[in-house]
Amino acid sequence: MIEVKDLHKSFGGVEVLKGISTTFEKGKTNLIIGQSGSGKTVFIKCLLGLFSYEQGCISYDGKIFSELTEDQKRDLRGEIGMVFQGSALFDSLTIAQNVMFPLKMFTKQNKSEMEDRVDFVLKRVNLIDAHHKMPSEASGGMQKRVAIARAIVNNPKYLFCDEPNSGLDPKTAIIIDNLIKEITDEYDITTVINSHDMNSVMEIGEKIVFLKDGLKAWEGSKETIFKTDNEVVTDFVYSSELMKKVRQMYIEEKQ
Amino acid sequence: MLYLHNIGAYFLMIAEMFRKPTKWGVMKQLILKDIDDLIIGSLGIVAFISFFVGGVVAIQTALNISNPLIPKNLVGFATRQSIVLEFGPTFISIIMAGKVGSFITSSIGTMRVTEQIDALEVMGINSLNYLVFPKFISLLLYPFVISIAMFLGILGGMVASVYGGFSTAEDYIAGIQLDFNPFHVTYAFIKTAVFAFILATIPSFHGFYMKGGALEVGKASTTSFVWTSVVIILLNYLLTQMLLS
Repeated sequence: MIEVKDLHKSFGGVEVLKGISTTFEKGKTNLIIGQSGSGKTVFIKCLLGLFSYEQGCISYDGKIFSELTEDQKRDLRGEIGMVFQGSALFDSLTIAQNVMFPLKMFTKQNKSEMEDRVDFVLKRVNLIDAHHKMPSEASGGMQKRVAIARAIVNNPKYLFCDEPNSGLDPKTAIIIDNLIKEITDEYDITTVINSHDMNSVMEIGEKIVFLKDGLKAWEGSKETIFKTDNEVVTDFVYSSELMKKVRQMYIEEKQ
Repeated sequence: MLYLHNIGAYFLMIAEMFRKPTKWGVMKQLILKDIDDLIIGSLGIVAFISFFVGGVVAIQTALNISNPLIPKNLVGFATRQSIVLEFGPTFISIIMAGKVGSFITSSIGTMRVTEQIDALEVMGINSLNYLVFPKFISLLLYPFVISIAMFLGILGGMVASVYGGFSTAEDYIAGIQLDFNPFHVTYAFIKTAVFAFILATIPSFHGFYMKGGALEVGKASTTSFVWTSVVIILLNYLLTQMLLS
């Protein structure tokens, strides 16, 4: 479980996060949603320690991140997997080498053990016969799968995904969402996903934190988000004509 | 104020580069790759430029000697002095700032833009050690490049002066042996070592700390070339003043 208390972060005097408190539960897909510019990416980068913050506290299963020594932070990072928005695969390495990278850096496994593990995780994300391709030769969906494979290869306790289905067609986006959900259930990890995609919310949002202008505006689940009367959330959720119709149907059904 | 901030950040980057070393098995591969990219990949252009500039130096020297009392071996002597003292270490380093420097800045800058550096940091890897240290180690072979440049520059001068009819091979060889001061070679390699460090670190600094997108990667490469050249020229002046005067 990841706990966040009163997190504040500014850039050049402009406060981007204005005191966010929440928890991300183990074995669940926790979604951070909100409009572009609401502070989602800054929030996730603070959670990962990529950005320092002025005030607040982040703890990973009781371990307060800011109180850890450099070595302890490095150990903790070994338990974190991250899927970046643009996949962030290393251009100069093949797909198999990208997935093997965390094993090479952090384990003492021999080459055949590492190759077996890479084969296993690539199969797990439904990538077969892609080992020798370069990232530039892979499609957007394949790159996301490779990024997921690289994130889970070292059996992480925490998985972070920054807009994992951005730039993907709706069908591939759902496949990626479901893959993340399956992995979360299978390995019982704490997954935090940054998204502004309502399809993701409906598919995998077991816990949802809604951010607006650097503040937590709402917290709930995919079941409760459609029932909420919170105007800020309904503005976001029902912004499209399709969703407005869905809501209308929901209200009519309720009556 | 920004200059001071950047100078401070540059020295902090250098200190950080030596901390938390990457696993040797991985580092070895990175060093070999950088030797291939930065050293072996530069030999062709360095050889080409050195040979022809050496030839031009010899021709220019020969054409400017009109007094019959000046011995013909002066062509070889002047070419050797120009190549060993300045052309080899300094002129080639400016060319390398363009070739190797922009490669380093753009490759690291692209990694920054595409979040590959963030990916390294999330994994708990010291990204400066992973990215910059292998470049620093591979550029320890830079004196080897400069030795080749010196040899080919002097050879180019000989070919140009003999085949151009400005001097005989015997006169030219006598000239390159005339008043040879071994310290001049030491001076040249001290400069080379300092410039190698500059070539590895300033472009890395501009790539690593760049912000923005593809356009900014291009701008960072240009800025990196300008600053690497400026620092090389300034250090060349200071080292010459300290070591030769």
